[in-house]
Amino acid sequence: MERSKLDLWVGLFVCAGIGALLILAMKVGNMSSVGIGSEGYTIFANFDNIGGLKPRAPVKSAGVVVGRVTSIGFDNNRFNARVELSLDKQFQFPKDTTASILTSGLLGEQYIGLEAGGDSANLASGETLKLTQSAVVLEKLISQFLYSKAAEGDTAKK
Amino acid sequence: MFNRSALLNIRGIGHHTVDIVWRLGYASRFFALTLASSGTSFRRFRLIVRELYFTGVLSLIIIIVSGLFVGMVLGLQGYHTLQTYGSESALGVLVALSLVRELGPVVAALLFASRAGSAMTAEIGLMKATEQLAAMEMMAVDPIERVVAPRFWAGVISMPLLAAMFSAMGIFGGYLVGVVLIGVDEGSFWSQMQSAVDFKEDILNGVVKSLVFGLAITWIALFEGYDAPPTAEGVSGATTRTVVTSSLAVLGLDFLLTSFMFSGL
Repeated sequence: MERSKLDLWVGLFVCAGIGALLILAMKVGNMSSVGIGSEGYTIFANFDNIGGLKPRAPVKSAGVVVGRVTSIGFDNNRFNARVELSLDKQFQFPKDTTASILTSGLLGEQYIGLEAGGDSANLASGETLKLTQSAVVLEKLISQFLYSKAAEGDTAKK
Repeated sequence: MFNRSALLNIRGIGHHTVDIVWRLGYASRFFALTLASSGTSFRRFRLIVRELYFTGVLSLIIIIVSGLFVGMVLGLQGYHTLQTYGSESALGVLVALSLVRELGPVVAALLFASRAGSAMTAEIGLMKATEQLAAMEMMAVDPIERVVAPRFWAGVISMPLLAAMFSAMGIFGGYLVGVVLIGVDEGSFWSQMQSAVDFKEDILNGVVKSLVFGLAITWIALFEGYDAPPTAEGVSGATTRTVVTSSLAVLGLDFLLTSFMFSGL
């Protein structure tokens, strides 16, 4: 079996194809950042209302992405939402960390913000965060505002 | 009583339906036979390499050029739409996601069907019309093993590679227009793209899509060629049918695959 010019072209073609895939993975995708490849640990957080939070939403602390939301379920005992977070191993948080659901920008996607507390012990894998803050639901905010306006009007009349 | 021509029409519909089902069964048997007799083409990998040159390398130019232009148009159109919402920085996300998830696999597959699929059908159809396949059988060489299977695997291998190149070139085209020409901020173009595009959910699913498309296109092209009536008219009809059927199959399969893959998002 001899080598021919054809082999060279086919080899170049295969290399170019694999190269394009690598470019897509590294430059376009998030292969190099948090999520895939790096070791993570799992913690849980219960929220009264998760709003529009979706699986794979980022978990940020001080604006830095430290992990992702893996899954969202319903807690049958506490009747609220149970969110599973996967955090990168290199980021450790105290036990009394607060998790809140925030929105990036006015119309942006929702993410979980972690605010570190002062506890000396760190969160271990599988633990549940005790302090959480639910998502802001626009309808509730508006109705609260309307009720307080109405109450103001009543007192002003009296 | 029944009109005679109406009766004939009804009979025609029935005949047509039976014919379609018959052909489908024959095509499935052909597919199974191709898979079963592809051992030789892997043992003699040279056969596949030869076909990879014809289906893959020769399709490169059209894939690269059209990928570049599709990306450039996406960049231009996306910029004008996003600008009205003041979110030009999301241009990278728009270009990358639409290319990696949809346009890359689908447009590359459509180009592949018309560039390589039609050539495959015409080649095999002509081989059959000039009785080369029959001659092979006379020499105890299985034409499916020697002619069909290497072409099949070459198509299945080259399709994902071509689609990946199409997407990469498209993103480069979007970058050229968006960042270099219009002046969208380069940092936000890449960083927003990277945070929005997931390797497993978007890129790998795109690769799976293009694999399925490659399988469908080469299957249809080879079968149409193998089944073509051995006349000049028959081969030309089979070539047309290859392009039409495989384009429709790609679009239909794309809907199915998309609804499976991205339904949870």
